[in-house]
Amino acid sequence: MGISYVQAMVVRQEAIATDIFSMELQAPELAQDAKAGQFINLYSKDGSRLLPRPISLCQIDRNTGRLRLVYRVVGKGTFEFSGYQSGDRIQVAGPLGNGFTPLPGKAVVIGGGIGIPPMLQLVRELPGEVQVVLGYRNEVFLEEDFSSLAKVYYASEDGKHGVKGTVMDAIREYGIQGDVIYACGPMPMLRAIQAYALERKIKAQLSLEERMACGVGACLACVCRSKERDAHTNVNNKRICKDGPVFYAEEVDLT
Amino acid sequence: MNMSVRIAGVTWKNPVTVASGTFGSGEEYSGLLDLDQLGAVTTKGVANIPWAGNPTPRIAETYGGMMNAIGLQNSGIDVFVKRDIPFLKQYDTKIVVNVCGKTVSDYVEVVERLGEEPVDMLEINVSCPNVKEGGIAFGQDPKALSQITKEVKRVAKQPIIMKLSPNVTDITQMAKAAEEAGADALSLINTLTGMKIDVHKRIFAVANKTGGLSGPAIKPIAVRMVYQAAKAVKIPIIGMGGIMTGEDAVEFIMAGATAVAVGTATFHDPMAAVRIVNEIKAYMEQYGIQDISELKGCV
Repeated sequence: MGISYVQAMVVRQEAIATDIFSMELQAPELAQDAKAGQFINLYSKDGSRLLPRPISLCQIDRNTGRLRLVYRVVGKGTFEFSGYQSGDRIQVAGPLGNGFTPLPGKAVVIGGGIGIPPMLQLVRELPGEVQVVLGYRNEVFLEEDFSSLAKVYYASEDGKHGVKGTVMDAIREYGIQGDVIYACGPMPMLRAIQAYALERKIKAQLSLEERMACGVGACLACVCRSKERDAHTNVNNKRICKDGPVFYAEEVDLT
Repeated sequence: MNMSVRIAGVTWKNPVTVASGTFGSGEEYSGLLDLDQLGAVTTKGVANIPWAGNPTPRIAETYGGMMNAIGLQNSGIDVFVKRDIPFLKQYDTKIVVNVCGKTVSDYVEVVERLGEEPVDMLEINVSCPNVKEGGIAFGQDPKALSQITKEVKRVAKQPIIMKLSPNVTDITQMAKAAEEAGADALSLINTLTGMKIDVHKRIFAVANKTGGLSGPAIKPIAVRMVYQAAKAVKIPIIGMGGIMTGEDAVEFIMAGATAVAVGTATFHDPMAAVRIVNEIKAYMEQYGIQDISELKGCV
């Protein structure tokens, strides 16, 4: 279960929405140990961009040794990656982070924006009944990948897809209920889900995001506040890259 | 071929360590590279009590560099002594413990505690630009630097390395003050205070507003300061600031450093420190260098 630092080969790259790309990598060393909710570091070939880009795993195929990443181009690093074609090589490290822990019970899987991709692998791994709630700004992506696996409810800011509003609006509108919540998305969404889950005493696993440097828990750049003193840091901070990115709603202080 | 170096009576098998704060306690990277290959492991700064550090975002990338304002988050000396030192003792490498504090007595307390521990050297961080108290305040005034060096030396059982800040007008003044106060070695440079603004969001890129700039963007400044300090003092210098390759490391040694530390490069390549050891070796082979000391200050 170690971390591998290897050259992966790009086997497929395509734009699936505006500024959203899907890239498949041949990386058997990483794929064999990886699970939903984990991420990998991608390293730029340009020395002016020193920091790796942490990207979550959208699909893991242990048999073929392939990883699928669905990511948004937000800066020069992700722009560079979006230009890679089949046969190109890219330095990667992973799998990183703890990932989701599938629990028994009826699952509510919630993704918002670029927090949607990691939920696809989770839905593939969850054994029981799964309902998916996806929130978009306007343009949808990965909708067929999800709808082929589970019942999907939509929310969008412009109201063109599903409920007009947020994933929380969709949950209320459709009366979605379950035993365990799994979520990844922007901080306001995670805060709302945290409050919702704590109030109703529903187990919720939230995947957090923060700017990272090392990705292995060394530099302490990507911390979040924890309610209890953390065993490793000995303060009320948890390392998102190493102790997370997935935390239980009751563990973290998102205010 | 001899790559070993002697710093304040301590022999490292090669001149490469890691820069404090970029490598945790070593445990975090131990699955990715062989710590036995390093001359020394320099640990993240440790204080007398746990520190929670600064708000996030704590880092931002810049062209050829990065800024950090972690704020010296650390688990405190009790946990460090119980957990991190025993871990590092499993390896055949020297242990350099970086010490931070808010007051002179904080530093003295940690140095005294470490006196009983099996660590090889102590690096005193008087140059962190990201904390309000302590840190850099001791490293920008020769009198304050002299005082803290003396106080620490008075109780220290291990050789003392004073880590200097580049955020000063004259590095030689600080280097001399530390040497005269009894420092056994110097390490430089810590990060340069910088600022980055996100023009789209109209906010500071790191929550602390300012951060310490590191990476290859600062290397020429670091080489110049190591050169100036090496001319000004007789005690050995551990050079650092933007080392990405073996040739960068050789540059610092030619400027007068006895050893070097690899910092930000580890974020770009987790294997960087070990790779750089091998690249220095390749450089020595290429030029028929028998002993690394032949290169020191040779320019």
